Amino acid sequence: MGRVVVDVMPKPEMLDPQGKAVARALPRLGIDGFVSVRQGKRFELEVEGPVTEQVLAAAREAAATLLSNPVIEDVVNVAEGQPR
Amino acid sequence: MTRVGVITFPGTLDDRDASRAVRIAGAEPVDLWHADDDLRGVDAVVLPGGFSYGDYLRAGAISRFAPVMTSVIEAAGRGLPVLGICNGFQVLTESHLLPGSMIKNDHLHFLCREQALVVENDQTPWTRDFTVGDRITIPLKNQDGQYVADDETLARLEGEGRVVFRYHTVNPNGSRHDIAGICNEAGNVVGLMPHPEHAVEPGFGPDGPQGPRTGTDGLRFFTSVLTTLVG
Repeated sequence: MGRVVVDVMPKPEMLDPQGKAVARALPRLGIDGFVSVRQGKRFELEVEGPVTEQVLAAAREAAATLLSNPVIEDVVNVAEGQPR
Repeated sequence: MTRVGVITFPGTLDDRDASRAVRIAGAEPVDLWHADDDLRGVDAVVLPGGFSYGDYLRAGAISRFAPVMTSVIEAAGRGLPVLGICNGFQVLTESHLLPGSMIKNDHLHFLCREQALVVENDQTPWTRDFTVGDRITIPLKNQDGQYVADDETLARLEGEGRVVFRYHTVNPNGSRHDIAGICNEAGNVVGLMPHPEHAVEPGFGPDGPQGPRTGTDGLRFFTSVLTTLVG
């Protein structure tokens, strides 16, 4: 079974309230030194057969049309992932 | 009688309140179903609030691909009055009927409050019974209510008078330019985060000048569309 990984992140210029909240929580655990955190999404799309160029093209289309909203997010990665 | 459609998606919460608001305003509410592309000949459409498809992926993201939305997008292009409330507003931005998007409130919390707004555009079919500068109070309840858009889009919205409602006295979620509601270029599609349908009948709405729960400022959204359609 093949797997495609799609990573989506909030646009750099966009505020990321969730990432900020995580960043504020880290020092409470004694984890210091991280000046900022941004939180995104990872999707894993599986196919029956191998990951072909055609599969990757379909995943890129899915990433651009449904998995991300280009107003607030960027697709930062579409690539073959490690099978489980 | 003027017929106003109210769409139900899986997870919609406020469809019955929206239908009731339509009825109290003097129109006939018509139930519309997400899986049906038939708008049943309605004269206007309301996309109510809730958590359509559980807000999975992003609020409104999956509703955009419901069969009924194909018909709504087509009818909106022909000038059909469309009002998106809260989750309905999120569906309209995901459908590209309105620009920008909503992200999580800047304070990260779900917020429910009686929210003061200023009316900034009284020329849309949903605001014709208001006057620019009117201060109104209707409920606001959401977690993903922070309106965001790039600087160019904001400048365009401001320049073209397409900011329809702005938060008054307090910005409850970090929305850019205090924006609570906007319209499309033609003005027939309006979206806002606060809930007019919860402020249409004395005894059930926010506090008003006549006392607790007397606020009915939301009713004018629905009478406006009647004024527009019937004259």
